[in-house]
Amino acid sequence: MHIDWIYGLIGGAIIGIAGAILLLFNARIMGASGIIGGLVDGSGKSDWQERAAMVAGLFIVPGIVALLMGGSQTNVTGNFVVLIAAGLLVGVGTRLANGCTSGHGVCGISRLSLRGIVATGFYIGAGGLSVVIFKHVLGVI
Amino acid sequence: MRVFVSFIVGATFGVGLLISGMTNTNKAQGWLDIFGAWDPTLAFVMGGAIVPMAIAWQLTKTRKPIYADSFPSPPDPKIGRNLVIGSTLFGAGWGLAGLCPGPAVASLSFGGVGGLTFMVAMLMGMLIAPRVRTRLDQLATAS
Repeated sequence: MHIDWIYGLIGGAIIGIAGAILLLFNARIMGASGIIGGLVDGSGKSDWQERAAMVAGLFIVPGIVALLMGGSQTNVTGNFVVLIAAGLLVGVGTRLANGCTSGHGVCGISRLSLRGIVATGFYIGAGGLSVVIFKHVLGVI
Repeated sequence: MRVFVSFIVGATFGVGLLISGMTNTNKAQGWLDIFGAWDPTLAFVMGGAIVPMAIAWQLTKTRKPIYADSFPSPPDPKIGRNLVIGSTLFGAGWGLAGLCPGPAVASLSFGGVGGLTFMVAMLMGMLIAPRVRTRLDQLATAS
């Protein structure tokens, strides 16, 4: 538990390097929701191969690494009503806001984008409130 | 080459998420759980990721992208209604399941039926998002 922050820092730096490579090579912003969303609603048709390649790398390689490590725990809830509600909220919300933790958070804050900072404030605030309500008050998660 | 770079970036992003612990939903929910067993890991992940990205943004001021003509222009600084509503909905869902889009894809192969259920719902949400946006715009002009 006490060394989790070191893994967090190293993993975070790797995430930042990935974003830096995409920006400096392809001039694209590494936002997971935008890249996936463009494939889903057809708005990213013109560069679908790049988007699909990124999603493929993001899906396949951590899977292989997790397998080599002997598995990895996600601790996802077994409550399917919660999972469906959460998935819909994340899908609609990130597309309405044009970004998620990677696009607004990592890529936005690092360029001191006001939109990124405001978005991050709202999703962390709402996330905190959501945990208070659904975990501590209602006890469903 | 742009497609190859995209694959490498996706792979690197995913390994970073896995190492940092962000594919573990307890980490995200622990960060948001300020009245419970608060877990600060996410702050270190964000901090660690922002440093290389900030350096990259600095480099964009004096250089040209390698496989593109120009860097993305600065975003419209306007804080719109959709940014606020969307981020609030996203945060609520993030707190509920402890998953956001990047980790949801990265953990899909080992997240079991639960991870798959979240992913399908998230893709459905992304599919209906343009209609929700149109509806919100209609409501705003009507009022």
